[in-house]
Amino acid sequence: MSSLATAPAAALQGLLRARELGIVLALAALVAYTAAGNPRFLSGQSIRDILLNTAILAVMAAGQAVVVITRNIDLSVGSVLAVSAFGVATLMSANPSLPIVVALLAGLAVGAACGLLNGVLVRYGRVPALVVTLGTLYIYRGVTYSWAGGQQVNADELPPHFLRFANDSILGVPWLVLIAVVVIGGVSLMMRNYRLGREMYAMGSSPQAAELAGIRVARNTIGAFLLSGALAGLAGVLFAARFGTVDAAAGTGYELNVVAAVVVGGVAVFGGSGTVWGAGLGALLLTVIGSALAVLDINQFWQQAIVGALIVLAIGADRLVAVRIAGSLRKRDSHV
Amino acid sequence: MVRTSRKIVTAGIAALFVAGLTACGGTTKDDAATGAGNQAAASADPNAKLKEGLKIAFLPKQLNNPYSDVETSGGETAVKELKGEYKKVGPNDASASSQVSYINTLIQQQQDVIVVAANDPNAVCPSLNQARQAKIKVVTFDSDASPGCRDAFINQATTQGIGESLVKMAREQAGGAGEIAILSATPNATNQNAWIEVMKTELAKPENSKLKLVKTAYGNDDDQKSFQEAQGLLQSYPNLKVIVSPTTVGIAAASRYVSSSSYKGKVAITGLGLPNQMREYVKDGTVKKFALWNPADIGYLAAFAGAALSSGQISGAEGEKFTAGKLGEYTVGKAGEIVLGPPTEFTAENIDQFDF
Amino acid sequence: MSDLRRRVASWDVLVVLLTVVVLVTAAGVVENFGTSRNATFLVLDLLPIALVALPMTLIIVTGEIDLSVASTLGLCSAVMGLLWNNGLSLESIIGICVLLGAVLGVVNGFLVTALGLPSLAVTIGTLALYRGLAFVVLGDGAVADFPLAFTGWVTGTIGGTPIPNVGIPLVVLAVLFGVALHATPFGRSLFAIGANAQAAHFSGIRVARTTFWLYVLSGAVAGLAGVLWTLRYSSARADNGAGLELAVVAAVLLGGVSIFGGKGTLPGVLAGVVLLAALQNALRLEDVSGQALNIVTGVLLVASVLLPNIATSIRTSWQRRRLRRAAAQ
Repeated sequence: MSSLATAPAAALQGLLRARELGIVLALAALVAYTAAGNPRFLSGQSIRDILLNTAILAVMAAGQAVVVITRNIDLSVGSVLAVSAFGVATLMSANPSLPIVVALLAGLAVGAACGLLNGVLVRYGRVPALVVTLGTLYIYRGVTYSWAGGQQVNADELPPHFLRFANDSILGVPWLVLIAVVVIGGVSLMMRNYRLGREMYAMGSSPQAAELAGIRVARNTIGAFLLSGALAGLAGVLFAARFGTVDAAAGTGYELNVVAAVVVGGVAVFGGSGTVWGAGLGALLLTVIGSALAVLDINQFWQQAIVGALIVLAIGADRLVAVRIAGSLRKRDSHV
Repeated sequence: MVRTSRKIVTAGIAALFVAGLTACGGTTKDDAATGAGNQAAASADPNAKLKEGLKIAFLPKQLNNPYSDVETSGGETAVKELKGEYKKVGPNDASASSQVSYINTLIQQQQDVIVVAANDPNAVCPSLNQARQAKIKVVTFDSDASPGCRDAFINQATTQGIGESLVKMAREQAGGAGEIAILSATPNATNQNAWIEVMKTELAKPENSKLKLVKTAYGNDDDQKSFQEAQGLLQSYPNLKVIVSPTTVGIAAASRYVSSSSYKGKVAITGLGLPNQMREYVKDGTVKKFALWNPADIGYLAAFAGAALSSGQISGAEGEKFTAGKLGEYTVGKAGEIVLGPPTEFTAENIDQFDF
Repeated sequence: MSDLRRRVASWDVLVVLLTVVVLVTAAGVVENFGTSRNATFLVLDLLPIALVALPMTLIIVTGEIDLSVASTLGLCSAVMGLLWNNGLSLESIIGICVLLGAVLGVVNGFLVTALGLPSLAVTIGTLALYRGLAFVVLGDGAVADFPLAFTGWVTGTIGGTPIPNVGIPLVVLAVLFGVALHATPFGRSLFAIGANAQAAHFSGIRVARTTFWLYVLSGAVAGLAGVLWTLRYSSARADNGAGLELAVVAAVLLGGVSIFGGKGTLPGVLAGVVLLAALQNALRLEDVSGQALNIVTGVLLVASVLLPNIATSIRTSWQRRRLRRAAAQ
């Protein structure tokens, strides 16, 4: 009996692992092909640039993955990034002596506040996440525009230690990349090994069942949005440090890239399955595609089309896997 | 029920087609006569006095662009000197269609002069012509609209002069020989393309035979995109000596990337930039020399040209003269072009004398 | 009586009333708002959103969504430029563009109905795909030399009235869609699908086939919107209409259509479109920055779902109290 119960579970796990394996293989093939065409693609500077470019997207994708796993969506992340990036840049240019930690905490706090509002509206306002975050996408962006009033913070107004943060490394690993890895690792761990994480998967699989099973759905939903907001806020700080020039349009349209990274990374749009580190891989894959096109001198206009095709392909593949699993589960049931 | 639904859907599509295919006379590109004709130029009275209280509206490409902020600030100064009403409106994104709504609004508000930097030379044309029918004078600056739909164009410098100066700076920085690349704005940016054309002609001359233009990349005047394009250029062309960026956004982004990468000191950046944005990189040695005209003067001259048009001093015809406040006398050139003057070159020695 | 009260209290009626109030107030307060020329500009500005919102309403009523509409518009615009440069006649190009839109809709419809993929994810994917293809087709360039006869017609008005010529197809399509949704068995089947797709299936509605055709319709209308957009700005560009999908969805939800399907009216949606466009127009005339409008749009969008929810919960708690009181007596 128990062996029968675990066998499909093991098969399921194997398939899921295969899902992330697929991304890794695609990445390897892409890198190999590009490097064959232009060996400089694998130079230290080039890899550094790719990882730096991935970091911001990956941090946001980690939060988005959690939200999507709970069967919600957060479209406001691009706007939250802008609020945070502009806020922190203004803060740092006004108080150049503030340590970098304060900037990071400020970004996290601003983002968390935005995420909290999203979560409260979704849970207590009983407004669908798509509507809430589409609304706050406009609202947060509008707030940033009114605040900025057409101004932008330039690199020369920011304190040097803040800008250096984007390029400095510890043991050869840039801070930005380190932060992204820690975020992905931490959130993955929480989702995989801790009660809270498992509850979130359960909520995504069946919200009603989760509620009936005594899971604190309200707390967890708000927690998921809070996390997504906070990480988007953190991404805002990284954005400001990396690019140095921040205006109210920062991160416009990022929500699409983030959702794309999550979906390509194997998180099911209807919740309940997928991993955070898969989403991180998705972010890496999207970034590598962009860089590879530039290096291979392929018309960059293809990039967006390829990303779109990848999304469709990814959800198609997930659907296929889900149908197979359902089929095999049914077959085993009939044997018993 | 299903049959009804299908019927309705097919009928709908059929209706759309009928709408699309009616009048199958077949209008093709070849027989199309496009562009509104230039309005008959009104006769100008060179002795007419500049009117006071003119409503002069500035419509830059987009609002949060530091360069156009400096341009319009010059316009504001001029409008104050003219005792007129200054106004600045504009979209948040530099898209072609978003400017049209703003032009329509300015028509409604019955402005006297619209000073506009066109995001797309043609998309704004119908609206600008509506404005001119409503007796509003239209002056373009920074980026021209089709000559048929504006009264005058303020050209920052002659295309030839800028192209020559860009190649000269590139040759100096490359030490006379080597690979160079261009980091431009958008691929259809009117100005940049004209300058790049001149650069190519210049590069074909014998004294520049050792300079090789390997690629023209486009950063779309977007900071991040330009930053990443600069990365791409340096990766793809290891022997690159100079990046020439004839746009303020591009040169700043490229300088920022190079100053923080291992390419610093090996690859030179030059082009057109704003002293305030470039000061840091000139001081840290990433950039030796770049050039620009004074953007505030463009807005200033545009406002005076608009006032002169609105007061009937000039009509936009070649050879007419008017005085633009502190800048002195200007002559209208061919096709309504008014040229500001030669660009200034900035180096570590003189950059602190400029604040814009 | 109670039915009347419920009608008045329902959000789509409120939106219509709110729109009337905004229009009247703006005409009185905002200088130059009430002019006939401004009415023309207003209709021209809201045209693409209104057109695309028509099929979008039907799709959302069935509980699905189509986020690829703006990219379909952009791709049709880009193809229009390409074909014009290649010397095809504009009349046939217009037909081809609408057909192309329908084909793009077929792709969406196939992925959603035949493969059973979630429409949100599919159309986010095709949003990127179609926009990317638009750039592949036309690059960053623009094609602008469309004949004045056509561009002039799009921006022109009917005779001496302030009604733009393009108002005609809009009104015709709006009436067609309105009748189809509210006065035919087809329309009722859409509400049934949105309320419960499985139940609709068992009651004999061909859910997949109906949904499929809605996507085709949505694509075709987006293609037509792309043609009109291109002619209005006499500029075929790959980035035409970027971001429009959010404005369309916002207008549809603001008009009282439930994102979960099964509920909504077309007049409510049209009121939502007019409301957003009128606010934008009035704010611009008052020199209020476009940023403020972002906030207004977002707040209205959230409020359109939040307020009815709050009203419902207040009403149910009242009813409960009344029942309790009745039971106590």
